Amino acid sequence: MIRIEKLHKQFDGNYVLEDITTTFDLGKTNLIIGESGSGKTVLVKCMLSLHQIDSGDIIYENRRLGDLDGEDLIDLREQMGMVFQGSALFDSMTVEENVAFPLKMHTKKSKDEILDLTESIIQRVNLLNSNKKFPNELSGGMQKRVAIARAVVTKPRYLFCDEPNSGLDPYTAMLIDNLIAEITQEYQITTIINTHDMNSVLEIGEKITFLKNGKKNWEGTKHEILTSSTKEVRDFLYSNKVFRELGKYVGPPETE
Amino acid sequence: MNFLFHVGNYLLMLYRVFGKFTPWSIMRQLVLKEIDTLIIGSLGTVIFLSFFVGGVVTIQTALNIENPLIPKTIVGFATRQSIILEFSPTLVSIIMAGKVGSYITSSIATMRVTEQIDALKIMGVNTFNYLIFPKIIAMMIYPILITFSMAFGIYGGYLAAVYGGFGTTSDFIAGVTQDFQPYHVVYAYIKTVVFAFILATIPSYHGYFSKGGSLQVGKAATISFIWTSTVIIVVNYFLTQLMLT
Repeated sequence: MIRIEKLHKQFDGNYVLEDITTTFDLGKTNLIIGESGSGKTVLVKCMLSLHQIDSGDIIYENRRLGDLDGEDLIDLREQMGMVFQGSALFDSMTVEENVAFPLKMHTKKSKDEILDLTESIIQRVNLLNSNKKFPNELSGGMQKRVAIARAVVTKPRYLFCDEPNSGLDPYTAMLIDNLIAEITQEYQITTIINTHDMNSVLEIGEKITFLKNGKKNWEGTKHEILTSSTKEVRDFLYSNKVFRELGKYVGPPETE
Repeated sequence: MNFLFHVGNYLLMLYRVFGKFTPWSIMRQLVLKEIDTLIIGSLGTVIFLSFFVGGVVTIQTALNIENPLIPKTIVGFATRQSIILEFSPTLVSIIMAGKVGSYITSSIATMRVTEQIDALKIMGVNTFNYLIFPKIIAMMIYPILITFSMAFGIYGGYLAAVYGGFGTTSDFIAGVTQDFQPYHVVYAYIKTVVFAFILATIPSYHGYFSKGGSLQVGKAATISFIWTSTVIIVVNYFLTQLMLT
């Protein structure tokens, strides 16, 4: 579990995150949703210590991120996996080399063991025929699957995904969402997905945190979001015509 | 203040380069790849440039000697001194700031804008060591490249002198060997090693700390070239003052 307490972050005097307090649960797909510019990516980057926070706390189990530096921070990062929005695959490496890279860096496994593990995870994401290809030879969806394979090959405790299905067609996006949800269940890890895709919310959103202008506006499950009476949530959710139609059938808003 | 910030940040980067080391099995491959790209990949350019510049130095020297009392051996002597003392260590390094330096900056900056550096960080990799240390090690064999530059520079001068009708083989060889001081070669190699370190680290700094998108990658490469060549010129002055006076 990851706890965030009274987190503040500003750039050049402007607050991009203000007083965020929330938790991300173990074994669940935790979604951070919100409009573009609402602070989702900054929040994830703060949790990864890629941005320094101005005040507040980020606590992994019982380890305070702010107290960690040097080797301790590297140790924690070894327990993290990240799927970047643009996949961030290493251009000069094949699919197999990309996936094997974290194993080569952090384990003392033999070449054969690394190869076995790499092949099994590549098979898990249905890319076995592409393991000798370079990232620029793959489609967007395939690159995302490689990124997921690379992120989970070391069986991390925490998996972060920054808009994992952006730029993908709805069908491929659904496959990616389901793959992440299955891996979360299978490995019992804490998964945090940053998205503004409502299909993902309804597909895999076990716990949802809604950000608006850098503040936490709402928190709940995918079932609760459909009936939320919070204006900002409803504006966001029902900005899409399909969801407006759906909204007619989900009953009256819950009282908040 | 901005300049001091960058100097401090650069020194901090160098300190971090020697922090947590990348496993040797991976580092070995990275070093070999960098040697191939930075050194072997530059061999043709360096030989080509040195050969023709050596020829031009010879022709210019020969054409500017009008006094019949000046011995013909001066052409070989001047070519050797120009090539060994300045052209090969300093001017080739400035040319390399354009070729190797721009490559280093743009490759690291591209990794920055495509979040590959962030991906390495998340994997618990010391990105300074992983990205910059192999380049420093590869550049430590840069003196071999400069040796080729010296050899082909003087050879280019010899061919220009003999086949251009500016002197005989014996005059040129006598000039090249005249008053030869091995310390001048030592001085040239010490400069080369210092410049190699500058060529590996300043472009890396500009690539690593670049911000923005693809436009900034190009901008970072340009700024990197300006700073690398400026530092080489200034350091060259102080090293010359320190070692030759």
